[in-house]
Amino acid sequence: MAFNVAEQETGAGLAGSAYPAAATEPAGQAARALSGRFETGRKVLIRFLPVLAAAGTLSVHLYVPNEQTFAINEEYRKVLAVLLALNVVFFGVSLVPSKLKDWLGENAPLVAAALSLLAIWDLITLKLGLLPLPYFPGPDKVLGALLEDWKLIGTSAFYSLRLLFTGYLFGAAAGLVTGTLMGWSKRWHYWVSPVMKGIGPVPATAWIPLAMVIFPTSFQASSFLVALAVWFPVTVMTGSGIANVRNAFFEVARTLGANERYLIFRVAIPAAFPTIFVGLFMGLGASFLVLIVAEMIGVKAGLGWYISWVQGWAEYAKVYACLGVIALIFSSVIALLFKFRDRALVWQKGLIKW
Amino acid sequence: MVSSATAVAYTETPATSGAISVRNVRRVFVNASGEETVALERVNLEIQPGEMVSLLGPSGCGKSTLMRIIAGLDQPGEGEVVLDGVPITGPHHERGLVFQDPTLFSWLTVKGNVSFGLKARGIKEIAREVDDYIRLVGLEGFQNAYPHQLSGGMAQRVALARALVNHPKVLLLDEPLGALDAFTRMQMQDEILRIWEDRGTTMVFVTHDVDEAIYMSDRIIVMTPRPGKIQEIIEVRLSRPRARNHPDFFLIRSKILEILHFAGEIRENYYL
Ligand SMILES: Nc1ncnc2c1ncn2[C@@H]1O[C@H](COP(=O)(O)OP(=O)(O)OP(=O)(O)O)[C@@H](O)[C@H]1O
Ligand SMILES: [Mg+2]
Repeated sequence: MAFNVAEQETGAGLAGSAYPAAATEPAGQAARALSGRFETGRKVLIRFLPVLAAAGTLSVHLYVPNEQTFAINEEYRKVLAVLLALNVVFFGVSLVPSKLKDWLGENAPLVAAALSLLAIWDLITLKLGLLPLPYFPGPDKVLGALLEDWKLIGTSAFYSLRLLFTGYLFGAAAGLVTGTLMGWSKRWHYWVSPVMKGIGPVPATAWIPLAMVIFPTSFQASSFLVALAVWFPVTVMTGSGIANVRNAFFEVARTLGANERYLIFRVAIPAAFPTIFVGLFMGLGASFLVLIVAEMIGVKAGLGWYISWVQGWAEYAKVYACLGVIALIFSSVIALLFKFRDRALVWQKGLIKW
Repeated sequence: MVSSATAVAYTETPATSGAISVRNVRRVFVNASGEETVALERVNLEIQPGEMVSLLGPSGCGKSTLMRIIAGLDQPGEGEVVLDGVPITGPHHERGLVFQDPTLFSWLTVKGNVSFGLKARGIKEIAREVDDYIRLVGLEGFQNAYPHQLSGGMAQRVALARALVNHPKVLLLDEPLGALDAFTRMQMQDEILRIWEDRGTTMVFVTHDVDEAIYMSDRIIVMTPRPGKIQEIIEVRLSRPRARNHPDFFLIRSKILEILHFAGEIRENYYL
């Protein structure tokens, strides 16, 4: 949600700044043309930055002598070469006006920075040996670990995602039901809220010993824990979202002939959805945490298990490779949730759209 | 903007239904510190089927409270309101209410708002009727707009269409035109009158505007505050369509202003 606000603000800022430029007198035209050319030159340079960065990173890797001479991965230089080639192509594409060009131009500084970070990483590990092995391997070794172990990491990711979705769906569904009941009916609120206030704040991971005893399989136990972690924030936010829906909405709906079921599903829940979404988002964050911890402790599969397993063998390159995969997967899942929100909340956006 | 020749398929409501009788209604609000506000003090009122009645009076005289009681959203402490012989116990789609504030469902489009009542009642074939009502209030082209994209006047017209689509026997309008500019307002007055004449719906209309009350209604209920009660009922025996500049119009207006103590004194040399 914070992202959205920022976007709107920058949008307004750009629109605002367009005015004074258009209002400048003709006398300043030559100067503007000049500064315009300078401006485009600067923009081209910015779009060229990733190429420079990729070339720099590749040269650092190829030509700076290695301090750590142990097991250097040969694939890394190929990947860097591919990255360089790709960025040259992107630069070429970005010379022709298109939507892609704008996107590339916007992200060019970020890409350049990321590539430079790779070079710095390479320098302080492989090249200069400033950090001790095996705890801090260079980028080539992490890539090597990923290439070596991608099958196991992939299977682990599959198990983690299966657990995540099972737990999340059950937890979110249960949270929506209890939250709606609590927000809607005083009696439910009376009975459920003490339970929720008591159990809710207990971190779901604290239930691990109990869950392992109660459920026959560790998959069920950890699904339950993930679900529990999701259930709490979804319940709280749904309950308060529904309790805070303007009473006037219900009154209008009742004079239009809505019965109680219709009021709940067609008025209360949609009206409370912005708040409900906050709960769904918080629940997702909690579920990631519980997922990884549960896998590290109890389950014998998944990314959390993988990390603690390879750590046992002191294969830190694999730990980092797995962390990268976790970052990629979890941020994609969050992006997916936001996509869903944008769908559900078109009515809330300031965009003119019909 | 508002087309006058819009074809809406009205199911004729016989003018024999829609009789409201307000009997001895008293409504007292008690605030947190125990102080009582008498919003309505023993109000009695008979409204004929198909009549257009307006409630006129200063802020706080209980107009909205009376409307809410007739709508069934509020219960009187004493007395009762009866519609066609049946006491009112709660809200029902046969009594439509357009609130002072349009209160559109912000998550629904104009179309979704207008079709809300029909869908809530489980009616399936609604597309044509909904389109007709959107056209009736002059919002064609805005079917898929969300409430935040509408002006205040447009929003109020959506609220009107949303209430009308249910074919209520009684339509309660709580200052529905308060937020509109003078021109749109006069246009909407004619639009409401046209619907009223076509359909014979009983309409109760709250307004602060004396001219509006005279232009629209068969009878004007003048109310006074603290405690809220009916001061006087004025019959407007002007033929329709009414001319806003007819001498009789001014006569009725000065009578109302006198009742409300706003008439003032005509001094010598006042006119040009
Ligand atoms: N829910 C409530 N709680 C307490 N007091 C209320 C409530 N609703 C109305 N009142 C009081 O009842 C009196 C009448 O209110 P009401 O809203 O009916 O006035 P009104 O004639 O519609 O005024 P306006 O023209 O400003 O809309 C007011 O004094 C108000 O303070
Ligand atoms: Mg009012």
